[in-house]
Amino acid sequence: MATLPPIADDAARRNLRVGLMAFAGALAMLGLGYASVPLYRLFCQVTGFGGTTMQATESDAARAATLVTGQKISIRFDASVPADMPWTFHPSAPTDTITIGERDIATYVARNLGSTPVTGMATFNVTPEQAGKYFNKIQCFCFTEQTLQPGQEVMMPVLYYVDPAMLDDPNMQGVEQITLSYTFHRAKDPVNPVSTGTN
Amino acid sequence: MATTAEGFDAHHDQGHGHDAHDHADHKPGFFARWFMSTNHKDIGTMYLIFAIIAGIVGGAISGIMRVELAEPEIQYLQWWAQFMGGGNDLNTALHMWNVFITAHGLIMVFFMVMPAMIGGFGNWFVPLMIGAPDMAFPRMNNVSFWLTVAGFFSLLFSLFVPGGTGPGAGTGWTVYAPLSTSGSVGPAVDFAIFSLHLAGAGSILGATNFITTIFNMRAPGMTLHKMPLFVWSVLVTAFLLLLALPVLAAAITMLLTDRNFGTTFFNPAGGGDPVLYQHLFWFFGHPEVYIMILPGFGMISQIIATFSKKPVFGYLGMAYAMVAIGVVGFIVWAHHMYTVGLDVNTKMYFTAATMVIAVPTGVKIFSWIATMWGGSLSFKSPMVWSMGFIFLFTVGGVTGVVLANGGIDDNLHDTYYVVAHFHYVLSMGAVFSMFAGFYYWFPKMSGRMHSELLSHLHFWTFFIGVNVIFFPQHFLGMQGMPRRYPDYAEAFTFWHQVSTYGYYIMAGSMVFFFVNIAYALLAGKKAAANPWGEGATTLEWTLPSPPPYHQFETLPVITDAHDYHDHRPVTA
Repeated sequence: MATLPPIADDAARRNLRVGLMAFAGALAMLGLGYASVPLYRLFCQVTGFGGTTMQATESDAARAATLVTGQKISIRFDASVPADMPWTFHPSAPTDTITIGERDIATYVARNLGSTPVTGMATFNVTPEQAGKYFNKIQCFCFTEQTLQPGQEVMMPVLYYVDPAMLDDPNMQGVEQITLSYTFHRAKDPVNPVSTGTN
Repeated sequence: MATTAEGFDAHHDQGHGHDAHDHADHKPGFFARWFMSTNHKDIGTMYLIFAIIAGIVGGAISGIMRVELAEPEIQYLQWWAQFMGGGNDLNTALHMWNVFITAHGLIMVFFMVMPAMIGGFGNWFVPLMIGAPDMAFPRMNNVSFWLTVAGFFSLLFSLFVPGGTGPGAGTGWTVYAPLSTSGSVGPAVDFAIFSLHLAGAGSILGATNFITTIFNMRAPGMTLHKMPLFVWSVLVTAFLLLLALPVLAAAITMLLTDRNFGTTFFNPAGGGDPVLYQHLFWFFGHPEVYIMILPGFGMISQIIATFSKKPVFGYLGMAYAMVAIGVVGFIVWAHHMYTVGLDVNTKMYFTAATMVIAVPTGVKIFSWIATMWGGSLSFKSPMVWSMGFIFLFTVGGVTGVVLANGGIDDNLHDTYYVVAHFHYVLSMGAVFSMFAGFYYWFPKMSGRMHSELLSHLHFWTFFIGVNVIFFPQHFLGMQGMPRRYPDYAEAFTFWHQVSTYGYYIMAGSMVFFFVNIAYALLAGKKAAANPWGEGATTLEWTLPSPPPYHQFETLPVITDAHDYHDHRPVTA
């Protein structure tokens, strides 16, 4: 409208400004919705929320080893596969008693029952959930994808320690056993059987 | 924006007077008026009619469910599954049940309560109450409405396409993954999600429109602290919509890509987490329940003051209680997810934060009672519905405080106790406030008086009906009856039967409502500009009933003597 009276023009401009600001707020919340995906993952990794275990380096482990008091804790190992995963997967021993702060190695055994190579990716957590931030893994088969040929059976190690700091945490009082649980999922992009050759 | 400019221009033209006669009531032809409408009153009317139609559909679905639940075992579901084009087996019948609960929830939330409260009453009365000629963006207002209608059709369409075990989306209104992703093969869930996208987009545009209108288009002299409480309630609601709905949009878009494009936001096999979906959904979902009730709070405040012939008690406290409810509503979402495995400290926080909401809500309840205290009460139809609202909403609030406890919720989660709780606050709280608002403003909107007798009959039968439906559901829930099941142990039969009888009473009471509307439109007395007397002091009562097609060509000026929240009589 070329002949807008000045007052309407001014009102339209003010409306447009507030309207755009409101719309920008909505867009920001949309962005926040998507940003929540990495933020949630980061939050769990940093705080051990929901039983997320920690990843530690050799020097972390060495530092923890200096704080050993000799107290023991029992670790239970749990393993499962979803229905579409043609693997058997179980721990070598169901439980182990370890010294808090000392590193230990546990092994799981996985076997591909299928007739094609299958790539799997393990997800993990520990219960009780407040133990997540004290359960440190130095090396784990769950850090990378694992491929098993048809009929192949492998031992999968996890090198870990329990942080002695748990002894000072009131939320960890009365915790006598930590359960470490893995679920082996079929990886989202399975290795193409043709490209890996047939057997 | 051109839309607004033209809106203003139209008024300006009338001022110049190309023709001699008055343009204020000049209406476009039928198609242009109703399909290309940019008039806030027409769009409000369309929203109300749409909400009534959607309410009939959603209410009929709840009738199917109550009839099925009257007896243990499956009676009618297989017939319905076949009727909807599914197989004759039990699994399809059980899927049909999931489809019914999903459709009932989504329709009532997105296509009945929200369109009626915000689209209907908000559109009609926010501009009138602040002395504005129309909404800030009238064409966007039209887009909002038709997006909502398109969303409704997308949801209805989903009922007729495969959804996994049978036709329709059977995910619950929460659309939790993995049931909504790998658990529902077929396009039905995609259409249901698309329906939420459309309705959500419509609501976000509407919220933008309301915020702009309320901030920029108040009549000269009407400061924020002089706005009627209904306008305050819509302002707070619009902010909640603006901040909550985009998060839902993000979450359900992730569902769509998980379903169709191989992403793994909520799939643990690819490093995702289904619990994240629940966090995102309830970050939207909890503010959503306040979106559904806050405009009701606003209407109740107007009505109680009008029929007590007194200013509302504690105006500023009432306004900021709504702001507080809106703010705190964003930080309590995980109380819907106590059983996903939150640690005890997280539960403690969410329990405490949830209970804090009872404080501003209590401020509102007690202020309404204090408004009535010592007032010159007249028990007209809007008033009895409002008083019913206060009582029933308080009952729902009390069970809400029970459920807020993380420890108790471990036992009551997903039982009929929860169903009873949220129906007390929604299908009684929100619905009673909508009927109160409807009877309050129907004479203004239509220009005709409804029958007080029929309105009172509607109130009493509806009041008895919904209480008979939902009060026994507390007992069922405490005895362990889980929600979302079509079948149950025989021990639950008695209260389920009572509940179903309540549904019949409630359904019968709606006859009074529809007869009343028909009576009013066909034979009702002509309504005066202000049929409710001196207690009705807000600006809409200064206009004739119905208001002219364009109102406030000369903006009203609000002076100190013209103080809406204090309800001082207009001097000058």
